[in-house]
Amino acid sequence: MSVEEGVFYVIAAFTVVGGMGVVFARNVVYSALFLILALLAVAGIFLLLSAEFLALVQVLIYGGAVTILVLFALMLTRVQDMPAALDSPQKPFALLAALGVLSIFILAAVGTDWPGQTEQINAIPLRDLGDALFRTWALPFEVASLVLMVALVGSIVLARGEEGE
Amino acid sequence: MIPMQHFLVLSGILFSLGVYGVLARRSAVLILMSVELMLQAVSINFIAFAVYLSPEAFVGLIFAVFVIVVAAAEVGLMLAIVLRIFRNRGTANVDEVDLMRW
Repeated sequence: MSVEEGVFYVIAAFTVVGGMGVVFARNVVYSALFLILALLAVAGIFLLLSAEFLALVQVLIYGGAVTILVLFALMLTRVQDMPAALDSPQKPFALLAALGVLSIFILAAVGTDWPGQTEQINAIPLRDLGDALFRTWALPFEVASLVLMVALVGSIVLARGEEGE
Repeated sequence: MIPMQHFLVLSGILFSLGVYGVLARRSAVLILMSVELMLQAVSINFIAFAVYLSPEAFVGLIFAVFVIVVAAAEVGLMLAIVLRIFRNRGTANVDEVDLMRW
């Protein structure tokens, strides 16, 4: 087993532990903290895939902004924490569905005959990524910024409430 | 070298954890955290396909950027909507928000 594989397994273990913490933790704040662990571990996975820019963006946006927002939402919607009420009665079916999805995924990943090679990571230079983003994909990029602005203005309007409330 | 299938299996595990969370949790915020996990799994898949299978076009990498943008917008809107529901109904439990149930 090469060094890279060892690093991969360690980071993958962190990711899975974080993900399990999010869905199984009995305390909502622990869930949010496990989410931070999972998101940072995914940033490590991005680094292993040689996507440094995305790893950086992941740490900045997810590790910072998104988790803060989630913690805010938890704080502002806190009723008495009743551990029994965290999970709905359809839990067994949820487990069944999740296992079904998992087995389909693994079968598809292992069983498919992928076109092209699946052994070698081809690092994509940041310069090429920026070029593609601002030349080939310039229009979607601008639309994405518009989406972001509309969503944020909309959420301010929604959260502020009506006058005289 | 790490074979691509390792990344695909990891993202499958992450995605099914997200599916479980969405179906089993009742708090709207916890459900949205599970949705974040699923989005992360999708990003891993996209980037793995980009760097292994088609490094000339790397569309997957571009798509992962857009996934992150849309996720950021979605989290902002989620906070606003959940706050709104909480203010009107006094709960963030999705089982109790059944105004539109027939």
